[in-house]
Amino acid sequence: MAEERKGPLGDEVSRRQFFTKLGLGSLSIAAVGTAAFSYQYLEPNVLYEPSPVVNAGNPDRYPLDSVTLDVNNGIYIIHSQEGYFSLSAVCTHLGCLTAWKQELGIIACPCHGSKFYVQAEDGHKPGDKIEGPAPKPLPWKRIWLNEDGDLLVDRSTDVPALARDSFVRV
Amino acid sequence: MSKTVDQYFDEVQQTRVWRSIFRSGTGSSTLKRALAIQQNVFLHLFSTKVRTRVLSFSATWYLGTLTLGTFMVLVATGIPLMLYYHPSVPQAYADTKDLQFVVSSGLFLRNLHRWAAHAMVFLVFAHMFKVFYRGAYRTPREFNWVIGIILLLITLLLSYTGYLLPWDQLAYWAITVGSNIASAVPLIGDKIHFLLLGGNAVNANALLRFYVLHCMILPLTAMFFVAIHFWRIRKDGGLYSHNSEPATVRYKNGQATNGKEAN
Repeated sequence: MAEERKGPLGDEVSRRQFFTKLGLGSLSIAAVGTAAFSYQYLEPNVLYEPSPVVNAGNPDRYPLDSVTLDVNNGIYIIHSQEGYFSLSAVCTHLGCLTAWKQELGIIACPCHGSKFYVQAEDGHKPGDKIEGPAPKPLPWKRIWLNEDGDLLVDRSTDVPALARDSFVRV
Repeated sequence: MSKTVDQYFDEVQQTRVWRSIFRSGTGSSTLKRALAIQQNVFLHLFSTKVRTRVLSFSATWYLGTLTLGTFMVLVATGIPLMLYYHPSVPQAYADTKDLQFVVSSGLFLRNLHRWAAHAMVFLVFAHMFKVFYRGAYRTPREFNWVIGIILLLITLLLSYTGYLLPWDQLAYWAITVGSNIASAVPLIGDKIHFLLLGGNAVNANALLRFYVLHCMILPLTAMFFVAIHFWRIRKDGGLYSHNSEPATVRYKNGQATNGKEAN
């Protein structure tokens, strides 16, 4: 081919090859950019979801040794001898809402049968799994009192089970 | 004096308007009948000539054709349902109730859509079992089996995305559980979950995303792959050929020779 000529530096790239490479390179960069922007577009930057911090009201609403399910927010408020603490009510298996079984004294998931402890007994912490497919215990959620004396729970923050700061004492 | 209906029809077929639409011309010669198929945008995917034996019920049990039939029923019932359904949190459930109890023929359309969806999933599986046990995935149809797998996945995704749209308790928890299964994918599971729902929980964004997937993206993708599926059936010798029977799959020097000698 007449196009095959040596450049000034003696390399083997012809004008046509150079422009082919330039064109393909530009298209590749544009394709990568399009993929990146498409991915960003599909990922919402602002979410109009409920706040993770929930006001659970005055502690007097929860009698001693009671387990109260907040259906709308997916948390339990538990008033134990050690104080108030909060467990997530969302099953760690596939996200179903669990239920408090007062007659059995346990938390149970209606979807696939996972069961969880509520009381500390025999080395088990509240939230630990008794049986079922759940891979992890129900996480403890951060709980504290605000200036008005209401219990607040942050659903986005897990705290260690039975830790001193994981309880609220009134 | 008096003309028969056939004569009127022949006259219409001679007119310039008719001939401008149907170019293949009239008559029942083999050539004209072949042209009628080959020059039609919808029919040209199919063979111009088919043996009656190939179209016999025992050849395929019509499972693939029936699957296409249920898909067309789903499109025909789904589009009118879209006219009364708003994919928004305050309205979705109420619209579903309206379709059920208020809109004329809404109950009929919705139930037809639902039963056709169930039938399609059943027929897709039946079709695949049939193809599998009859060995119809063999050379040269291996890649059409792969396209069939893609169509199976699209069918299941259509079924799954449609499940959320009534926005009732069953829908909400089914999609919560289903989308959490996606979270189990190693490393990128949570990302997939977030992108699928457009958020952290099944909410307004998830409803809208599932609606768009269900009504636009997945049906168009399905049509694209169905077209390839049919085109390849035609290219590989039609609905049913003895070439794909195990006894006549012959290899010469490592090359499959079927599709070349018979038909």
